[in-house]
Amino acid sequence: MTMLEFDHLRVEINGRPILRDVTLSVAAGEAVGLVGESGSGKSMTVKSVLRLLPPGARATGTVRFGDTDVHTLDGAGLRRMRSQDVAMVFQDPRATVNPVRTIGDFLTEVLRDQGVSRSDARTRAAGLLADVGVDHVARRLRQRPHELSGGLLQRVVIAAALATSPKLILADEPTTALDVTTQEEVVAILNERRREHGSALLFISHDLELAAAVCDRIAVMYAGEIVEILPADRLHEDARHPYTQALLRSRPGTVAPGERLATVPGSPQSAFDAPAGCVFADRCPQAAGLCRDVRPALLPIDSGLAACHLLPRETPSVA
Amino acid sequence: MIWFVARKLGGMLATVAVASVVIFGALYLAPGDPASILAGGHEVTPATMAAIRAQYHLDDPFWVQYGHWLGGLLTGDPGTSMVLKEPVTTLISSRIGTTALLVAYASVVILVIGVVSGVLAGAAGKVVDGALTVVTTILMAAPAFVAAILLIWIFATKLSWFPVFGSGEGFGDRIHHLTLPALALSGGYLAYVSRITRTEVRAELAADHVAAARARGLPRLAVLRRHVLRNAAPPILAVSGVTVAGLFAGTAVAEQAFGVSGLGSLLVQSAARQDLVVVQVLSLLLVAAFLVVNMLVDVLNAVLDPRLLTERTA
Amino acid sequence: MAAAVVCVLVVLLALLAPWITPHDPTAVDPLNAYAPFTGDHPLGTDDLGRDLLSRLMAGARTSLAGPLIVVLAAGTAGTALAVTAAWFGGWFDAAVSRLLDILFAFPGLVLAITVAAIFGAGFTAPVVALSLAFVPMIARVMRAAALRERNLPYIEALRVQGFSGWHICLRHLLPNLAPLLVVQAAIGFGYAMIDLASISFLGLGLQPPASDWGLMIANGQPSILAGFPQQSIEAAVAVVITVVAFTVVAERLAERFGGGVR
Repeated sequence: MTMLEFDHLRVEINGRPILRDVTLSVAAGEAVGLVGESGSGKSMTVKSVLRLLPPGARATGTVRFGDTDVHTLDGAGLRRMRSQDVAMVFQDPRATVNPVRTIGDFLTEVLRDQGVSRSDARTRAAGLLADVGVDHVARRLRQRPHELSGGLLQRVVIAAALATSPKLILADEPTTALDVTTQEEVVAILNERRREHGSALLFISHDLELAAAVCDRIAVMYAGEIVEILPADRLHEDARHPYTQALLRSRPGTVAPGERLATVPGSPQSAFDAPAGCVFADRCPQAAGLCRDVRPALLPIDSGLAACHLLPRETPSVA
Repeated sequence: MIWFVARKLGGMLATVAVASVVIFGALYLAPGDPASILAGGHEVTPATMAAIRAQYHLDDPFWVQYGHWLGGLLTGDPGTSMVLKEPVTTLISSRIGTTALLVAYASVVILVIGVVSGVLAGAAGKVVDGALTVVTTILMAAPAFVAAILLIWIFATKLSWFPVFGSGEGFGDRIHHLTLPALALSGGYLAYVSRITRTEVRAELAADHVAAARARGLPRLAVLRRHVLRNAAPPILAVSGVTVAGLFAGTAVAEQAFGVSGLGSLLVQSAARQDLVVVQVLSLLLVAAFLVVNMLVDVLNAVLDPRLLTERTA
Repeated sequence: MAAAVVCVLVVLLALLAPWITPHDPTAVDPLNAYAPFTGDHPLGTDDLGRDLLSRLMAGARTSLAGPLIVVLAAGTAGTALAVTAAWFGGWFDAAVSRLLDILFAFPGLVLAITVAAIFGAGFTAPVVALSLAFVPMIARVMRAAALRERNLPYIEALRVQGFSGWHICLRHLLPNLAPLLVVQAAIGFGYAMIDLASISFLGLGLQPPASDWGLMIANGQPSILAGFPQQSIEAAVAVVITVVAFTVVAERLAERFGGGVR
């Protein structure tokens, strides 16, 4: 069953495109990784699920959650979706947890708002904290964000996200602000707990390998478009899009020590600067004339989908 | 927390102590004989002069004199007015209620209207914001005496809703009499508080944790109250506190303009009569009031935002 | 732009007042009291029949000179204190900061009233008192800027080249702080003008028959009740327009050179 579906989503801010064409689905219980460089539109894509777009933004196309088009939700419906069905974990827990209120306030706020009694909410918050591996739970509930480390605080945020057993968790680079050793722990806890709760996950990262370790499928994004989707376990074997391949080559560990690490040539582009045809044409080492002018469709190849004119197609295009 | 309060209290008392030395010592900076200045610049007989010298221990060293003065202050006997021939305590006690009421009245006006209009300007639409910006710009440019003159003009000649002179008798009548002075006093401060509130509310609205709260599906009003206003409160409170503390000095203008008999007008009139015994006590009182309010605001702020406890206090 | 024009105009009127006032600002003409606005008296006359336009022009001199002296004195003292504190640092800096804190506890108005009580009402006492009261406001901002500047690498480079502290402070530090000082002085001017006008309004500044604007507002107060508000209103408008014009110019300067309002 499809839990979340983007269908030709396009977002413009004051006439400038941020997302050009995003089509992607997440099934119930599935984890999908959305990977790309900064500015590629990953955050905007997840924010559009909760309609958290900045002022002046206009979205066309559809974003469906279950059976409902989120653009048609009224205030109450939107709030219900945000508070019960979908949870979001942001990049920097320091910035996203209110600095002057206690951890307990933060964890119980949504529950209290849904009519759970104070003591029940406290008990549930304590249980959630213990579940994500936080110790001294009673004391933590009374503490404020500045008294906790970043890793601990992000666990608190994950606990809060799980509080209502949401059907979908949106995680926007949840470990970027943490140091490397805590990153893995936090990701592991997030993945483990969301499996227990049966929640689907849309995981945003600029790190292909991290996303592949956590997710079932990987969607690669560039300049406001999804250029390739493939199963996480086939990432190295089946990556076909030149951009995905370039990303894979630019990771440390892919080359022998002493050799130069490959980089993606050129600098990242926004949806506004990218060429009219294939968004990657300006930076693609193999780009041909067709690439700049005609937009390639996202078509099946091997185990996944890729949007590239240069790939051999077994079946004639149907899109 | 206890340490924080103790440190703040200590700093405040130290500053009041220094202020008292400065205020008392200023008398010695003036040209001429302190005795003749204490006599209010009037010609007095040598006998009176000798009495003044004895009463104020003017032949003792400075620190002894200061000790006598401070001792008098602390034991509730700060001396007798040379000009009015009345104990300073009597002069103050008959007026302090009026001034306290005026400051309280103006504070309520400033806080309620300033904060509410600031929140509106920050959180409501562009039209409201634009209109309020125009109003606050005008108010900020109008010092208390200008506001007083305009209010007197309007309410003395056009409307007669409020009296433009005197302090009134009894609570209701006093509130009635103090309305215009309180408005004149609060105008510029109100605009200032409104501006700061608007800026702080804007800043919090743009903060990530507010976006996160909205992403969690909290109702708009709950987000505004629990996250935006709660977090904007400490800086707004700090500014309001300094503002309210400043009101004590502002009472001089407001009371004088509207003929209100309070500490501010007593200070002005005593200064004009060079009645130094009264001026010294009143200046110290106003400085102390300013410092006490500032200290209370610091402590209240630390309660609202405990991060302040761990940071170095300026 | 308009604000700058107003500032220049007010200053010019004040400078040229002795030669261009249409009437003697102190000439009493009881038969012409409360004269309406005419060609001869464009802004009318007061309760004693004195020409209000001439009085406003004459009053501009003291009304502008007071705040000017205050910001010059406080600017000089405040900057000297700030730069030496930032330069030497350590206990000296701590002592200066503490001193500024204490000075900050004296509201300018209260200090001015106290000093006026001791030295007598007039022009000098309130100006001296306010200069003192404005020192912490300017010194705090300048100290922070001087500290920032002092820690820049070029200062270290100059020291390595063997230049003396005096030389570095006077020839390098101060010129770099100058724009900020100008902004602070311009901001302070508006506040000083309001405070001095308040003192004058309270009767502790210049005494009649002077026509300092604050004094004119106070002197016109009884006439308001008689239905002739022109003297007070005109003087109040003069104060407000001048303060607004100088503040707007200060804000523009602040946008240009940094250093916000208060």
